[in-house]
Amino acid sequence: MQYWNSTYECMSREEMRKVQSERLSNIVKKIYHNVPFYRAKMQKKGIEPGDIKSVDDLKNLPFTYKQDLRDNYPYGLFAVPTSEIVRIHASSGTTGKQTVVGYTRRDLDTWAEVIARTLTCAGASKESFIQVAYGYGLFTGGLGVHYGAERIGASVIPISGGNTSRQLQIMKDFGTTHLACTPSYALYLAEELEEAGFKKGDLKLKAGVFGAEPWSANMRNEIEERLGILAIDIYGLSEVIGPGVASECPCKCGMHIPEDHFIPEIINPETEEVLSPGEKGEIVFTTITKEGLPLIRYRTRDLSVLNYDVCECGRTSVRMSKVSGRTDDMLIIRGVNVFPSQIESVLLEIGETAPHYLLVVDRVDNLDILEIQVEMTPGLFSDEVKKLEEIEGKIKKGIESTLGINAKIRLVEPKSIERSEGKAKRVIDKRKI
Amino acid sequence: MLVKQISVFLENKSGRLAEVTKSLGNEGIDISALSIADTTDFGILRLIVNQPEKAEKVLKENGFTVSSTNVIAIEVEDKPGGLAVALDVLESESIGIEYMYAFIGKSEEKALVILRVEDSQKAIEVLNNKNIKVIPSKEVYEL
Repeated sequence: MQYWNSTYECMSREEMRKVQSERLSNIVKKIYHNVPFYRAKMQKKGIEPGDIKSVDDLKNLPFTYKQDLRDNYPYGLFAVPTSEIVRIHASSGTTGKQTVVGYTRRDLDTWAEVIARTLTCAGASKESFIQVAYGYGLFTGGLGVHYGAERIGASVIPISGGNTSRQLQIMKDFGTTHLACTPSYALYLAEELEEAGFKKGDLKLKAGVFGAEPWSANMRNEIEERLGILAIDIYGLSEVIGPGVASECPCKCGMHIPEDHFIPEIINPETEEVLSPGEKGEIVFTTITKEGLPLIRYRTRDLSVLNYDVCECGRTSVRMSKVSGRTDDMLIIRGVNVFPSQIESVLLEIGETAPHYLLVVDRVDNLDILEIQVEMTPGLFSDEVKKLEEIEGKIKKGIESTLGINAKIRLVEPKSIERSEGKAKRVIDKRKI
Repeated sequence: MLVKQISVFLENKSGRLAEVTKSLGNEGIDISALSIADTTDFGILRLIVNQPEKAEKVLKENGFTVSSTNVIAIEVEDKPGGLAVALDVLESESIGIEYMYAFIGKSEEKALVILRVEDSQKAIEVLNNKNIKVIPSKEVYEL
């Protein structure tokens, strides 16, 4: 079994707790003194930095919510002067406002480290050719994997997302051994590969790290079968660091969390009480080494289960199960976070009051498709087809510029969208994952 | 001179048109002309009825999205080239037609046409000048 950093990945529980406790108490001191937001929150709870001595005290700290990041947009939660920040990424937020994350030089180093562990889990090494087909840009996927791949000394092919025929040609000609992209894109590539007349044997592909959207065991089997590779599930969110927050090993029995950097907890999302290992709840992260944007007990809204048993691979780090759902109404469509309220804000720009709407998400040929049904209102209606088509076009354009995704707009009759308890149902997810 | 046309938003699914006509029929409203403009997903039903105000109210009460638009009704010779004469007049005055549809009147030599134009007043004026009969709304409702 290959490890990138066996010292930390295979550390005994006792030692790990020591490392975590020390780092936690340091980070709490830092944020208390440097981030007014955290200081106020801690003072309100009557906690002083000195009260946090070990990981056992973590449960006394206040939670941090996505809303806090938005309220302090863009840099309000940074714990260092912006002169120390060397990189900024952002992800879409619910109100059209982005969630901004900043990295110091050391944070980028940490990020490369955790991705290096991820890629090593997938069997990559300095001999590997890693094709990074995640989008490069504000999205953390592309650049995150990129620097981790460089860290292990692999040859990085920074192709970014899209342009499928080029992806395939390069995969074949450059001898790509590892692929990083969303699972739906991996499956799409597999199909196109067959279409283009390539055979599994034409490729040197061995494994892929796939994440940023939910996928099923069936989908994994299909990807592994069709591409003839090992498909590794990875987890991440930009607020915590980006990709690299957790990754499967070849045992494929849960995703290892680099606990020397991120401490996970599982809580009951309603009572906020910490649950025991094995219990399902919302996974919450505390970053204990990040400098730019340290987060204390960050509520991910993702549902998971923690398992502290030593893995067959020899790693002792805790494993989180594949995310089984969300505690809020966020949708992930083609790797993009979509909140119904974002759609609402676009619709509000069209008419005076937002019409009722319904998001229908489906997966056709392994690609997510979004249809937005919009109920006709007297204010929007016209006796001319041209005008109604203009409205459809305007909504479509608004969605595209806000969310960066293509949606089909369908105007429907009033009251045709189902209401439950007076509130319109917002989402129908038909994807069979 | 302006005729009140009722427009109804309809999704392209079976039974919707029947719903509209049933709602109107139950209230004793008579349809004298209709046309449908449709796309893949939706259609716009345009109606000329004997009691436009009542029709609008009834349809709204039945949950339809309704609007009323002023259109003009003209009478043309029911023979080859009959319609062309009227359209030539509008064209020569650069009056654009948004849409139009024909319907059957009671007279045998005349055809009736509903026109939705950019500028109805101007259209009526130029048509009158060229002796093309614009039918008064009252007459249209009674057809």
